[in-house]
Amino acid sequence: MGDHHHGPAKGLSRWLYTTNHKDIGTMYLWFSFAMFLLGGAFAMIIRAELFQPGMQLVEPAFFNQMTTLHGLIMVFGAIMPSFVGLANWLIPMMIGAPDMALPRMNNWSFWILPPAFLMLASTLLMEGGAPAFGWTFYAPLSTTYAPPSVTFFIFAIHILGVSSIMGSINIIATVMNMRAPGMSYMKMPLFVWTWLITAFLLVAVMPVLAGAVTMMLMDIHFGTSFFSAAGGGDPVLFQHIFWFFGHPEVYIIILPAFGVISQIIPAFSRKPLFGYASMVYATAAIAFLSFIVWAHHMYTVGMPVAGELFFMYATMLIAVPTGVKVFNWVTTMWRGAMTFETPMLFSIGFLVLFTIGGFTGLMLSIAPADFQYHDTYFVVAHFHYVMVAGAVFSMTAAIYFWLPKWTGRMYNETMGKVHFWVSFIGFNITFFPQHFVGLAGMPRRIPDYALQFADFNMMSSIGAFIYGASQLLFLYNVIAAIVSGERVSDEKVWDGAEGLEWTLPSPPPYHTFETPPKIEEQPAH
Amino acid sequence: MLNARALAAAAFLPLAANAQNQVNMSTGVSEAGAVITELGVEIYDLHMLIFWICVVIGIGVFGVMLYSIYAHRKSRGVEPAQFHEHTGVEIAWTVVPFLILIGMAVPATSTLLEVYDNDDAEMSILVTGYQWKWKYEYLDADGENVAFFSNLATSQEQIYNTDAKGENYLLEVDEPLVIPVDTKVRFLITANDVIHSWWVPELAVKRDAIPGFINEAWTRVLTEGVYRGQCTELCGSYHGFMPVVVHAVSPSEFDDWIAAKQGSAAADAALAAQELSVDDLMARGEDVYNSSCLACHGANGEGGLGNAIAGSAIAMGGLDSHLNVIVNGVAGSAMQAFGAQLSDVDVAAVTTYQRNAFGNNTGDVVQASDVVSYKEG
Repeated sequence: MGDHHHGPAKGLSRWLYTTNHKDIGTMYLWFSFAMFLLGGAFAMIIRAELFQPGMQLVEPAFFNQMTTLHGLIMVFGAIMPSFVGLANWLIPMMIGAPDMALPRMNNWSFWILPPAFLMLASTLLMEGGAPAFGWTFYAPLSTTYAPPSVTFFIFAIHILGVSSIMGSINIIATVMNMRAPGMSYMKMPLFVWTWLITAFLLVAVMPVLAGAVTMMLMDIHFGTSFFSAAGGGDPVLFQHIFWFFGHPEVYIIILPAFGVISQIIPAFSRKPLFGYASMVYATAAIAFLSFIVWAHHMYTVGMPVAGELFFMYATMLIAVPTGVKVFNWVTTMWRGAMTFETPMLFSIGFLVLFTIGGFTGLMLSIAPADFQYHDTYFVVAHFHYVMVAGAVFSMTAAIYFWLPKWTGRMYNETMGKVHFWVSFIGFNITFFPQHFVGLAGMPRRIPDYALQFADFNMMSSIGAFIYGASQLLFLYNVIAAIVSGERVSDEKVWDGAEGLEWTLPSPPPYHTFETPPKIEEQPAH
Repeated sequence: MLNARALAAAAFLPLAANAQNQVNMSTGVSEAGAVITELGVEIYDLHMLIFWICVVIGIGVFGVMLYSIYAHRKSRGVEPAQFHEHTGVEIAWTVVPFLILIGMAVPATSTLLEVYDNDDAEMSILVTGYQWKWKYEYLDADGENVAFFSNLATSQEQIYNTDAKGENYLLEVDEPLVIPVDTKVRFLITANDVIHSWWVPELAVKRDAIPGFINEAWTRVLTEGVYRGQCTELCGSYHGFMPVVVHAVSPSEFDDWIAAKQGSAAADAALAAQELSVDDLMARGEDVYNSSCLACHGANGEGGLGNAIAGSAIAMGGLDSHLNVIVNGVAGSAMQAFGAQLSDVDVAAVTTYQRNAFGNNTGDVVQASDVVSYKEG
């Protein structure tokens, strides 16, 4: 075994043909960061137009294209691929496997993504403009009334669905088959657990999304009427199908984030994760509940009252396992010996802001109150607290946490802390006032608004520019670390870090764990 | 729950220095202290109940966390404990939240059942969403039905910042919905094209308007006043420009208003039988153009979302093809069939206007009788 270690190929072909989980992980991460900046640029256009009442910079039709592409690119281009990249880098190293189970498929599932997003972005240049029906693309606005570019949008969704399904199958196959001897399921790091459950969710719901866009395609081009009442169809059917995908989707985004936080908080508390088993069960419970709560996005469509009650009760139940997770994290910190390096700061930021997002989520679950919240900026504030402060903050924490392991070089700690504080403050200036304007009656997805919303919107825009600019600092810090960061001599990097990946050199060699490691008897978490 | 409301006001006081910056949901009570709708008050109280439960839990969780961040830091020389599970505690924090949820579900359920209680309405109004306006039709008013469109009244000049913005910028319409107070009004809500959503925050009524389906909602307004809201479901380019304005008036005022409405409908019918002067047609046509055409075709007929009308081959070509576009719309585009939305006089007036304004100067005059004979083929 030991004498034919080989490194990567040279030049572009290394990246095009690679089947190495570390290379593919790297490509996913860079690609998702590029999409994060693109989706962020669209957000800046949105906030610039909303800086003051009145139409100043863009036309309403273009504004709708921006909100639509911002949502689609952030969800499908930035957050999801970034966690797949993290999974690629970490899962084999965490379970003591030499690579992913299906390395060629791994290459393919990454390389179909860039063309899909190139196609989606190119719709901006098409006649009639890009999709302008919101990232939830409700029919018939997205079918009968859609611009011609909708067909390209449908194709792009199909491709990235294929990519997600292949990525998930790969993760499931890897976790089930390639754990090192002695690495039982209940010894796996929580990040691996959350991704395993996420992968099952993806395999279950991405085909549903594919079904929804295929029905749209049929309605638009082949004369069917799935979503048109005039032909005997039902526009509400679209929403049921979409949210049957869409609600598990938000857990697909947040569960790996839970996994990351469950790795980082113990490391910097120098204390094992509290309630490992209950974390696993809570994750599974959330995953199960995610399938039976979809219509809480649709309280105002006119469901029968029995349906409303069912979805309200089921949705409220999600607070239980989510609460368990938050309590476990706080108890992990309790009586630890904490230090506050950048990854820990972002994790605590996650914990505080995600909990606030959880509270507003609980408020939104109350159906009669939701009649007032639905489709207002209150909802926008809620889901940015869980998507940005939840998923993006945890992703940022993960990059700072594992970057020294991946590259063997340390980022600039001071700059990292500045990045955290500017992000944290900028984020709250952006999104906290949106609770107020939403409750006061400002609908989402409007390019112009009544005068009483003006002050908070200006505040929100200023915060957004601050938050946006702080991400450039992050980019600089990462590049500077890779190019000229101080070398990390220690394998562990962080003195409280636990897990197999910290037993490898920093940076790890191109191929790792070609011989399975020995798992010690103590729990790996 | 009055107490909770006072507390909420106190909590938000520093931010509420500017009275314009409302930070919380409509309380369901007018500024003078009169209840607007009982359901609105109930929903507000429910909202505040859940809010305060969250605040209390938040103080607990964040308090423990902050104390821990302060006390259990390595720089204070503490040794980390190694405990990592405790069955009793874990069961407790699963069961206790569950019980709290039951406490929330009980009032939520009873309020929801009231929201859904559409029975025993004293009058019904059909609300239809169009891109980008609302149509109101009084279904059981005495005699003939009264129906009209409610368009945004804010000028393009205000929207594009050449005029100062008025107090009710984007929340004003040419013809508001008028309803009587102390009357249970049932709304039947649907849409003509895409999905819209009809919302008036102070009345706590929001329901999606879905093409091909009819949703029900209701309100009983107790206090006279003007209540403003907006479309809340993305419905295309001008989603942000289709406000809802409701005038709640005394029942006697309402009776007068509906009688006047029926009278003007009759007057319109009479007008259709007459020959109107070019000036009358042009004046009426300009009004119709501004409320129905301008959003897409521009203030000077220069086009925008829709084609240009100034110098257009349709507006300057044969009358029948021009009427065809206006009356029947253009299938597969945003151009609607205005034959079903405008009276024959209005179609005649706006056609005359389009054929003579914006430098089109065809000199054609179109009368209501021309529209009638076109429609009859």
